[in-house]
Amino acid sequence: MVKLTVNGRNITAEEGTTILYAARDNNIYIPTLCENEAVAPYGACRLCLVEISTAKGRERLVTSCIYQVEEGLDVRTDTERIRNIRRMLLELLLARCPDSDVIQDMARQAGVTRTRFKKQKGNNKCILCANCARTCEEVVGVAAISLARRGVDRELTTPFNEDFSEVCIGCGSCAYSCPTGAITLEDTNGTRRINWPHNWMEFKLKKCSVCGKYWAPEKQVEYVAATSGTPLSDYDACPDCRD
Amino acid sequence: MPKLKSPEELEALRKSLTGKRDPEKAVITVCNGTGCHAHGCRAVTAAFEEEVKKQDLSARVDVRATGCHGFCERGPLVVIKPQDIFYQRVRVKDVPEILTETVAKGNTIERLLYTDRQSGKKITYEHDVPFYKLQKRLVFGNNGLIDPTSIDDYLAVGGYAALARALKMAPEEIIGEVKKAGLRGRGGGGFPAGNKWESTRNAQGNTKFVICNADEGDPGAYMDRSLVEGNPHSALEGMLIGAYAIGSHQGYIYIRNEYPLAVRHVRTAIQQAEEYGLLGKNILGSGFDFSIQINRGGGAFICGESTALMASLEGRVGEPRAKYIHTSEQGLWGQPTNLNNVETWANVPLIINNGAEWYRQIGTENSKGTKIFSLVGNITNTGLVEVPMGITLREIIFDIGGGIPKGRNFKAVQTGGPSGGVIPESLLDLKVDFDELDKAGSMMGSGGMIVMDDKTCMVDVAKYFVSFLEGESCGKCLPCREGLQQMREILTGITEGRGKSGDIKLLEELCDTLVDASLCALGSTAPNPVLSTLRYFRDEYETHIKDKKCPAGVCNLEAVKV
Repeated sequence: MVKLTVNGRNITAEEGTTILYAARDNNIYIPTLCENEAVAPYGACRLCLVEISTAKGRERLVTSCIYQVEEGLDVRTDTERIRNIRRMLLELLLARCPDSDVIQDMARQAGVTRTRFKKQKGNNKCILCANCARTCEEVVGVAAISLARRGVDRELTTPFNEDFSEVCIGCGSCAYSCPTGAITLEDTNGTRRINWPHNWMEFKLKKCSVCGKYWAPEKQVEYVAATSGTPLSDYDACPDCRD
Repeated sequence: MPKLKSPEELEALRKSLTGKRDPEKAVITVCNGTGCHAHGCRAVTAAFEEEVKKQDLSARVDVRATGCHGFCERGPLVVIKPQDIFYQRVRVKDVPEILTETVAKGNTIERLLYTDRQSGKKITYEHDVPFYKLQKRLVFGNNGLIDPTSIDDYLAVGGYAALARALKMAPEEIIGEVKKAGLRGRGGGGFPAGNKWESTRNAQGNTKFVICNADEGDPGAYMDRSLVEGNPHSALEGMLIGAYAIGSHQGYIYIRNEYPLAVRHVRTAIQQAEEYGLLGKNILGSGFDFSIQINRGGGAFICGESTALMASLEGRVGEPRAKYIHTSEQGLWGQPTNLNNVETWANVPLIINNGAEWYRQIGTENSKGTKIFSLVGNITNTGLVEVPMGITLREIIFDIGGGIPKGRNFKAVQTGGPSGGVIPESLLDLKVDFDELDKAGSMMGSGGMIVMDDKTCMVDVAKYFVSFLEGESCGKCLPCREGLQQMREILTGITEGRGKSGDIKLLEELCDTLVDASLCALGSTAPNPVLSTLRYFRDEYETHIKDKKCPAGVCNLEAVKV
């Protein structure tokens, strides 16, 4: 185990743990939007920056979702400098996503009630954290969507900017992993609709042979059967009705 | 050509090459660098070749298309050796006369000589031209002597001697020499090269890589381009020595696809080095194997950043990552990787040939050697200059660069590329090295120097660079992507007469956040143009905002009045 201090408190953490998780395990709050336990650290939102002093006496700002605990590390998560950075980042986010409740709540918590920057038009809630695309690639193994283009033109899109993604199985992991609700999922009358910020796709849902409920997109069931090497007939019934 | 199997065979080849060349035979060197291409050097070179045939002079004169000589302002440049007679702005119609008068009779042609601006006198020899006289062209000097597509030319000027010497040294000894020499990375960061080599050598891993970063992307900087175009073997030799010292057998040159001539010349150089056995298996009988591959970049500025470059090399999107684990430990494909830029690699043979003691004598306390700068903007002598570290900005801009044209006054110089800072007239006597430029709020960067005269608006300059960086931000991290966009928005407002009283404060807060919170150096240095203009030219911002006037007369503040 590694011993370190966070905001003056002595804590221990397993080697290889990030500062963010070590703090979280000890009920110390560090804000973040792009962190997701299911995927590799990314470090895009910068909200989880903390100040550290290493055992060797080096002072620096680090991304707590990437930087791993070290013996003798002194971490400060709530200094004036850190608060200033978070406030400015949230002002930028308020300008980018003026209609996002999540951003507004987070900003209010940090003491930011308005943005001095020019607001972007449209009901855009996407902060480009890539949680959706990273989950799709790293967890689902499909890479049906990804971030395309550079800088301010960056956007979440399907391959070649087509209206649909041929490989998308409709599992909805992108919607579940989205921290701001920019991607939504609706299941109605045997059809699933996934709404991405710039386009949407519909999927036929599979009906349970026993209870008759729609329980998963057909494409997802086919994908699960194929990747697990099990016969498709195993999936006629929904998980609740299976023996 | 059979492969060279030992250092002795290399020396024997060199001897036979130099022996075949008559030092008294006239050589017409025509600069075929990128700048001179724009001035029409290809037609001039072809005319020389044709005219030599026509006048039946091939026994008496050689024509050599060389790399960039540096004095781009006066191109096409022609230097006639062995005397070093320097002709500038040479046209196709001048060619027959140069052969009949200068080569055949030894007479100089007055109208093609360079006129010194201060004395008004004509100057005959290249080494007497003030532009060259004050330089110290250690890395860049061979550009004017050799045909970059000929390995024999490189060997004739002592090429690959440093490699032969290095292969007899212990790897640790080479690293010690580079550390002692004090060589710092010329790509911008200024990190001690020897230390990086040592970390990579000591890192765990069986496969190690070396990379040459030739993804020069700064507007107004083209020294790496001219170096790989004009003397590609010097970078290859540096990489070979570094790879041997580090224990790497595979190298990559990541080069901009927009530099087609550079790509072609590097490709030729690699082929020739392979044919001679200077790349490949058991190099010069030492048992050391090394090969180099070219990878062409797709034109993204961010791919000059080491981790983004490596991602791109791996075939992924060129986006940087946090460097808490150094690339010297986990770089390309997770293996220990040493990356240096073209100019850094090209310095290595010099250090091995002449020793660290010799190298240390050039430069300042903590910045050793020379640096190549591209001197552009409102400057009389546009071109590439190589000067010892510690030279003053005044010497570079006025003595070498010939000052500001059109009788205007100097206002500022932007050093270090788009994410560097502007330096005002009061700091013209600043000694140029890594640390002094940092202290002045700018940086060495890749060595771009954009000179600005008194007709330049500093708010407009800041807006220009911020717009450039906004366009080149990869968009991965929030402060760089959103922050630069808003910074450009505010600056545009100020230059269009919509400036508000809180704008300067907001800009400063935003700049601080980018410096502190950005993921990579593109974002953390991007505020430099704004911070440095605010530091030295704050009154210009205030005049734009309060009086709705642009002191330099550049911005049209009436344009968007509602």
